Amino acid sequence: MPGLSEILEVLLLQNYNTRLVVLSTTLLGVAAGLVGSFLLLRKRSLMGDALSHATLPGIAIAFGVMVALGGEGKSLPALLLGATLSGVAGIATMLIIRHTTRLRDDVAMGFVLSVFFGVGVASLRMVQNLPNAAGLESFIYGKAASVVMSDFLLIALVAGVASLVCLIFLKEFLVLCFDDGYAAAQGWPTLFLDVLLLGLVTAVTVIGLQSVGLILVIAFLITPPTAARFWTDRLLPMLLISAVIGGVSGWLGASLSALTPQLPAGAVIVLVAAALFLVSMLFAPVRGVLPRLLNQAALRRKEDRQHFLRAAYEILEDQAGDAPVANRSFPYEALLPKRSWTPRQLRQILRVARREDHLEPTPPGRLRLSEPGFGEAARVTRNHRLWESYLIQYADVAPSHVDRDADMVEHILGAELVRELEAKLGGTLPGQTVPPSPHSSGER
Amino acid sequence: MHTESLSGQGVFPARNTEPRPEHPPEVPLAIHDLTVAYQRKPVLWDIELNIPEGKLVGIVGPNGAGKSTLLKACLDLVPRTSGWAHIYGVPYRKARHRVAYVPQRESVDWDFPVNALDVVAMGSYRRLGWFRRVNAAETKRAMEALDQVGIAHLAHRQISQLSGGQQQRVFLARALMQDADLYLMDEPFAAVDAATEQAIVDLLRRLSGEGKTCLVVHHDLATVTSYFDWIVLINMRVVAAGPTAETFTRDNLQKTYGGKLSLLEKAAEALRSTPR
Repeated sequence: MPGLSEILEVLLLQNYNTRLVVLSTTLLGVAAGLVGSFLLLRKRSLMGDALSHATLPGIAIAFGVMVALGGEGKSLPALLLGATLSGVAGIATMLIIRHTTRLRDDVAMGFVLSVFFGVGVASLRMVQNLPNAAGLESFIYGKAASVVMSDFLLIALVAGVASLVCLIFLKEFLVLCFDDGYAAAQGWPTLFLDVLLLGLVTAVTVIGLQSVGLILVIAFLITPPTAARFWTDRLLPMLLISAVIGGVSGWLGASLSALTPQLPAGAVIVLVAAALFLVSMLFAPVRGVLPRLLNQAALRRKEDRQHFLRAAYEILEDQAGDAPVANRSFPYEALLPKRSWTPRQLRQILRVARREDHLEPTPPGRLRLSEPGFGEAARVTRNHRLWESYLIQYADVAPSHVDRDADMVEHILGAELVRELEAKLGGTLPGQTVPPSPHSSGER
Repeated sequence: MHTESLSGQGVFPARNTEPRPEHPPEVPLAIHDLTVAYQRKPVLWDIELNIPEGKLVGIVGPNGAGKSTLLKACLDLVPRTSGWAHIYGVPYRKARHRVAYVPQRESVDWDFPVNALDVVAMGSYRRLGWFRRVNAAETKRAMEALDQVGIAHLAHRQISQLSGGQQQRVFLARALMQDADLYLMDEPFAAVDAATEQAIVDLLRRLSGEGKTCLVVHHDLATVTSYFDWIVLINMRVVAAGPTAETFTRDNLQKTYGGKLSLLEKAAEALRSTPR
């Protein structure tokens, strides 16, 4: 196990051996987070996967050609150029299939992905016996430790330019991803923008081949924006959060891998990104699973509370007959059939009501609202009836406009309309007067 | 979907687009000899049409009749096999600033990370040009456009949190941002609530009152006579076009919808109930 000082040394880029590796994957992560956001929003994630797999033949062929020309063979820029060309050929094949046949997109992508990867594996085997070929297969799974200064400069340059282009073309990419038909009708060159976007994806994929590997680089493009989406509903924050998640994944992942040499960087980076995704999915306040569940539970508690108060008020109304409604005690049995709750649910609801001081202590089998509880019951019942009446009178507009929350009636409908509804319902006095239920006289 | 590959020069080869006497240049939308085919199958045949200025025009026809395709062909979004469409006497690419397009609501993903104001602001992108961000002046215009469709209070709501009718209003507000003279709308009344339907009709009337021309793809026969001044009945070809009162006849509907009985019943009902 590495010591704390050693861990800090790697994380803070103090260690000369790992500094370049960690820095390059961090920059790569930032670029992947930005470019990947648009790839995701353009719904072309699978295309990125096909693209990265299609780079393999180019690597093997470029190596073979370089050796044949008498070169040393393993010059990174040459290999990456080969990767780019065959990646582009893969995309081109896909587009040709799409436009000349009636095959669906996913078929075209699956075809390109597997065929190009197959060709890649075969040609890799063919050049394997050439001198100096060892290590070529590391492009499949990635080998971050092999990054040297010249590689780093290339990665930093490409990642920097790709990130910058994403931010410069923000508005243009936004309209392309959201509504390509509208963008085209507006005169935006959608073909050019799509090519530019795929070019950025290709660039990030290719510079990620060395450290992350062609199989995992797609996860590096897709996971950060997917995680970022949970935290926000706006594009620019999503891009920035995605860039941060990508950068942190690259930084932490490469550092962890450097500290435990048996763990390959590409895999650790993707696992860190996946962990950040999981945290985002569960806890992000905007769209996370847990906050949503909590919201739903809070909403249910509120509904339960209002249902109970209304049921109690209706019982008191029945007891009072034509006299004014007064706060008296009533039997527990009268409450149960008022709604669809089970005895167990009702006990829980009553426990909450006692805690909120809506109920007074009473002998078993009897219930009595407290003074504040009675006032609250009257208010909730009144507002509910106003909503009902509104929905009945404005049946054509209301359902889509109305959030039927009893607490919001005045806020949404406005004092004027509330007074009008009260008058229609026969409640002549403002304030806490509870109008009769709009359908009490008839069917109920 | 894949419009990007279609807008290149090769797909729209140079054609004789000389002005013709039957299509005077002041007409908001003139279509001559237009044919569109998808995958060998023709969708629109030999369309000849002049849409008069300042009118509220409905495009009516059965499913698959080519109503949406007609709009898209005018906007260079689908390749034309023959013919041309001119906006105020010039090809669309020279008249983009005078045209606002409202696509079908289902054509986009409403779970996109933008709010209503962001979508409406897209109506200013053309004016802004490359790389310039939406500024305060355009944001103000976008708020005004949202106000005109009655949902200014929802400006900052994420678009998936809007009802179908509200989403349609957002699309209309985006079109209003463009301050166009010709509005092409693809099924704006599809699956919206009654209040939105009324709001859209009011808006369309106001636009045509200001001398703007609106071309609206519509599928509800019952409301045709009360909404539109002028209609185009199409089923792959133009069956009839003209003022609603003269054109929306049992005979023309029969020609448009053929023997589809249920639809004819609906049409007959609509005819009986006019004027509403």
